Amino acid sequence: MARRDLERLLAELTPFSGLRDADLTTVAACGQNVSFAAGTYLFREGEPADRFFLLRQGRLALEAAEPGRGALVIDTIGPGEVAGFSWLFPPYRWQFDGHALDRIAAVAFDGSCLRGKCDGDPRLGYELMKHFSSVMTDRMQSARIRLLDLYGQTAG
Amino acid sequence: MYSVGRPDAATEPMLPRLHRVRSTQSDGPDVVTLGLEPEDSQPMSFGPGQFNMLWAFGVGEAAISVRAGSDGLLLHSIREVGAITRALCAMKLGDVVGVRGPFGSGWDVEDGRDRDVVLVAGGLGLAPILPAAWEIAGRRADYRRALLLVGARSPGQMLFRRDLEQLQSRGLEVQMIVDHASAGWSGQVGLVTELVERSDFDASSALALVCGPEVMMRFTARALTDRGVPAGAVRISMERNMKCAIGLCGHCQLGPEFVCRDGPVFDYERMQPLMKVREL
Amino acid sequence: MDEVQPDGGSSEATKVLIDRTGLDQLIAALGANGYLVVGPTVRDSAIVYDEIGSVADLPEGWTDEQDGGHYRLQRRLDDALFGYAVGPQSWKQFLFPPRNLLFSASRTAEGVRLNEPDVEFPYAFVGVRGCELAAIDIQDRVFLGGAYRDRSYAARREPAFIVAVNCGTPAHTCFCVSMGTGPRVGPGFDLALTELVEAHRHVFLVEVGTDRGAQILSSVSTSQPAPGDPQAADAVVEGAAAQMGRQMDTTGIKQLLERNMEHPRWDDVAERCLACGNCTMVCPTCFCSSVEDVTDLAGDNAQRWRRWDSCFTLDFSHVGESSTRSSTKSRYRQWMTHKLGTWIDQFDTSGCVGCGRCITWCPVGIDITEELAAIRSTEEQE
Repeated sequence: MARRDLERLLAELTPFSGLRDADLTTVAACGQNVSFAAGTYLFREGEPADRFFLLRQGRLALEAAEPGRGALVIDTIGPGEVAGFSWLFPPYRWQFDGHALDRIAAVAFDGSCLRGKCDGDPRLGYELMKHFSSVMTDRMQSARIRLLDLYGQTAG
Repeated sequence: MYSVGRPDAATEPMLPRLHRVRSTQSDGPDVVTLGLEPEDSQPMSFGPGQFNMLWAFGVGEAAISVRAGSDGLLLHSIREVGAITRALCAMKLGDVVGVRGPFGSGWDVEDGRDRDVVLVAGGLGLAPILPAAWEIAGRRADYRRALLLVGARSPGQMLFRRDLEQLQSRGLEVQMIVDHASAGWSGQVGLVTELVERSDFDASSALALVCGPEVMMRFTARALTDRGVPAGAVRISMERNMKCAIGLCGHCQLGPEFVCRDGPVFDYERMQPLMKVREL
Repeated sequence: MDEVQPDGGSSEATKVLIDRTGLDQLIAALGANGYLVVGPTVRDSAIVYDEIGSVADLPEGWTDEQDGGHYRLQRRLDDALFGYAVGPQSWKQFLFPPRNLLFSASRTAEGVRLNEPDVEFPYAFVGVRGCELAAIDIQDRVFLGGAYRDRSYAARREPAFIVAVNCGTPAHTCFCVSMGTGPRVGPGFDLALTELVEAHRHVFLVEVGTDRGAQILSSVSTSQPAPGDPQAADAVVEGAAAQMGRQMDTTGIKQLLERNMEHPRWDDVAERCLACGNCTMVCPTCFCSSVEDVTDLAGDNAQRWRRWDSCFTLDFSHVGESSTRSSTKSRYRQWMTHKLGTWIDQFDTSGCVGCGRCITWCPVGIDITEELAAIRSTEEQE
């Protein structure tokens, strides 16, 4: 896919919508189009987290493998959503397994490439951090409420 | 179908109408669905969202929403949480159950005609939502998009799957999501609010019906209004301690409202200031 | 209700006089007409409501000294029969009894059979105060004015014969004037008495409120009042109105409470309140009840009873695994904001009649008028 097409694609997808054109170009430079067959693992817990994915088609399950219980699904991530934050902070290691539930088409971003761009341009870094923090907050919110285990208590 | 029902004027509302258990079915780890037939053969007219007081001889009564009324049988899905519901869940075919009702305000699904309707259910909150979904399925052309978004703890606790499959085939867009799952579930995992965020519907003109634990309803209502659904177009079903179910014993009060009589269905605009006061 | 006088004149102009003997005859006439006559009597160091047979049962020469958490009977200097304010009980214990059988049920070979009890209680209440008459009217709205009528209340209320009494001796806890319920009795009585205790006379000015009131009065010896008697009766009531021990400013009270649900005063009163529920038991308008199912040992016969309940209990608001009002603060707030505020939304009237019982019978003397004033005064300062 041509660079310009990639930029246009990114502009439509959060968390990159709202970025200036120049920033989109910068960010797109770290990305490339990828696809995975259904059932493949995009990443495994503990592996170096050198990239993250912005899904365009298909769904990804975040899993934790529990001996005796198999793979436990923590979250499912769909089109337009980001998978992977571990590239942002040391030790840059994946926390969970990423399992393609369907055929996945995504944009994969090189983590150290993007970190380098942010180090060089703190303003861009701040913009991206705002976007990513918002997504992470939503995920944390969802996780916290699920922890309340509300459905067990309903009567009638 | 009546949009809401009430006990026949001649009936003393504190006296139960005797019914016989004609079917019982396990619908989950601690959920039993009873099919009840009235001894006097008068079928009950109820509106989706209403509830009955089910009486177990000598034990007591519990407020249970009406899940369906079909083939002359009243269907109630009951979760065992205490002595009364335990007695109800243990009923056998032919046992007698007293029924008082129907009571309360209903969903008034008909208000959703010519609009997109979004039904959001969490856990056993699916039981009072089902009659609304079936109302839409029965007159599918009267409604535009119809979404049924269902959240459960895990795949094994996703209730009423057969109803969900049948509703899907009758033209409702059914989406399920669980808090967590093991491999073997290829569906969505997350909080039911995420389904609201991801779904496609015309928020400004939609009617939303939400039922589940109060925290879940608050967050779902917020997700809906964040999307642009007016607070007055979001309806939630509240639950409080009920004894008489006819607005006379005082137990179910929430501010000035009697949940048994002015509710249990309220619009979110009315409820929002009341839900903000801790321990109201 | 029609107002008909014994001689056919208008009620404004015509009142009659009876003496102690006449009052005795009145009580006897009520009994002879099939009423169960209930009135005030002294028992257990209080003036309570119980069956009475004659004037001799009335609390002659007694008055009540009341304040926050304080109730004592004192001897009067005269022998007035109604020279007190209100005791711990109200008429709700007859119209809305503390325990009431709703139905009984028994297991049969085929299933279950239900039996509804017959209800027949023609009461005559003697000595109903203005605040109490107002309280009965409020409970009428609760039990008879909604979508569902309470049959057992209706069965007791409809035949009830009311002999009201205008107050001459309020207690220090009274504030009926603030609530617009007294000391003069409002409409709703069959007969209303004003007691005149003078050096050489002890009489009652009688006002007739209904046909059946006139009919009962026809078996009693009456006489014409002296020219100054109506004014003397008015003076009794005006004197009482001037002696109110408490007052409550009800201006915009509903909105005031709505605005102050998180006021620090609630924490303050929660420190003192024991959540004992006395206030709800003595209050003449409190109507909360619960339903209890009981069986015999074999489990073949069951009964469902309605009993008084109180929003002060933890159980009252139990949902799921715990209660929505766990703290004493939330329960006191519920009681007071309901009584003075949301009651208006529900029934188009305040729930409080200013009888002061909740102040007297609170073990720690919490005063509803003081609590309201504290919230109102903090607001005005802002």
